Amino acid sequence: MGAMLELEGVTAGYGGGDILRGLDLTVEEGAVTCIVGPNGAGKSTILRVISGLLRPRLGSVRLRGASIAGLSPRTILGRGVVQVPQERSLFPTMTVWENVRMGAYTVRDRRLVERRMEAVCQTFPLVAERRHERAASLSGGQQKIIEFARALMLDPALVILDEPSMGLDPKTRATVFDTIRAMNQAGRTVLLVEQNARSGLRLATHGVVLESGRVRLEGTGTAVLNNPEIGRLYLGATA
Amino acid sequence: MNAARRFAPRVALLLVAIVAILLPVLEPNPASINVAVFTMMYVGLASAWNIMGGYTGYISLGHAGFFGLGAYTLGLGVAHLGIGPGYGPFALVPLAGLLTGLFALPIGWIALRTRAATFVIVTIAVMFMLQLAAMNLIGLTGGTGGLSLPVPRWSGDFYNTPFYYAMLILASLTIAVSWWIRRSKFGLGLLAIRDDEDKAMAVGVPTRQFKLAAFVISAALVGMIGGVYAYYVTYVYPEFVIDPLTGISMVLMAFLGGLGTLTGPVLGALLVEPAQLSLAYNFGASRLYLVFYSGVFLVVILLLPRGIVPSVRDLTIGWWTRGGPGRAAGPSPGPSTPAPGNVVAP
Repeated sequence: MGAMLELEGVTAGYGGGDILRGLDLTVEEGAVTCIVGPNGAGKSTILRVISGLLRPRLGSVRLRGASIAGLSPRTILGRGVVQVPQERSLFPTMTVWENVRMGAYTVRDRRLVERRMEAVCQTFPLVAERRHERAASLSGGQQKIIEFARALMLDPALVILDEPSMGLDPKTRATVFDTIRAMNQAGRTVLLVEQNARSGLRLATHGVVLESGRVRLEGTGTAVLNNPEIGRLYLGATA
Repeated sequence: MNAARRFAPRVALLLVAIVAILLPVLEPNPASINVAVFTMMYVGLASAWNIMGGYTGYISLGHAGFFGLGAYTLGLGVAHLGIGPGYGPFALVPLAGLLTGLFALPIGWIALRTRAATFVIVTIAVMFMLQLAAMNLIGLTGGTGGLSLPVPRWSGDFYNTPFYYAMLILASLTIAVSWWIRRSKFGLGLLAIRDDEDKAMAVGVPTRQFKLAAFVISAALVGMIGGVYAYYVTYVYPEFVIDPLTGISMVLMAFLGGLGTLTGPVLGALLVEPAQLSLAYNFGASRLYLVFYSGVFLVVILLLPRGIVPSVRDLTIGWWTRGGPGRAAGPSPGPSTPAPGNVVAP
């Protein structure tokens, strides 16, 4: 497996200040990469740079070797980078089925859309089970799963998840993480930013600890999770 | 049971169609046909308004302006082309729709730069501007004196029947257009705009073009119905054909039945218009029906904020999901566990 996404020497920020300061990050194809770190470390800024919402001042961003730095969000979406935002993003009065269908709105081939709908229903049985129900009638966890399903409708190369467990109870959080694992097993490369560092690193094949806009430590998810210093500083005392 | 659920709506639709087609035979009383003409008119108007207001969420209170434009188009067309009484004026109905649609294009292009309450106010302003224009362009419209149309020489018993069928055809056309839009990708985009326009744009919906298309389609259909109305009443006065109450009535009917649904506006019109006419016949020109309108609005807002059809549908879905025949009653299932390893194939 090669590199799906490479950020080299990326410097980016808002106004006059830099949040990311010469960041180097590689997301391997087929991996689940989890970025953790304290507030203000630049986790969300990385996602904004990758999805084209923020142009880096310096450095390069390459998707499968091709530069995507400075491209519009729509173009980057077209290249197969799909982001599921932190906040709820479903259309509340539309049905579950319609919401998932909206994920492939730009796809013109109707048969292709139908095939993807079928495949998404197999990966996420909830879509078929609740297809006629309005999205607003689902619980927070169910809505998050429908958001994942919608993201897969574009057959993305890279799925970016911003704080997927935010605001969910522990049981629902476990289901959401199971779903992320299933997406990865289905061949998706996943990059997630997670405030709940322990759960995120347990799930991840690759863990990245961010500090002040640079990578402080990286390794397998388990290695990062078991690192005593990281455990003490970022994960709570008992690692 | 699934087959019954699948075919029941089709059978119901067929029965409604048969009754609607045979109505002048089943109930030949001219007074009843008159009620049916106005009821069909509002079925069409509410459904046409719903294409814009219901599907996109952009509430227009100025659609009466397009109703008037259609009425004037037909009236002026009959006068200038020298068309006599009979079935000839009906041939101008598509022209009324076309010209109304063309007129709606620049109006929509400007009005749809606004959203929410501002859009509502702009549509009201446009309606009053059209009314003022009709009153003051005396050489073209006849001003406050209005336009007269030729009176068909049909017998009294038969007189209303052609107008009933004309309204029935237009109502059916409007429902068919509304149905097609609701099932299309275009309709899906409109619903996304209604829910969250910025998110809709983010997933690739061309929001500006779609809103304008819905506005023009809706206006053109309303214009055609306005044309038939003008011929039915045989006169076109600015205050009558560009009446704010006409615009409010379509909105009320769509709200009562269910905004953004196919059957909601139809049901709303079938309930409200006969009741309103009954009040008008029994209490003369007292305008008591306005009190009735207020009462209906209050009931809708308090008890059925989403309208009859969505409320009943939600109840039915809930019943089927949680306690339908052959299923154990119980709480709504939680998030399903995903099926690992399933590949989302291109």
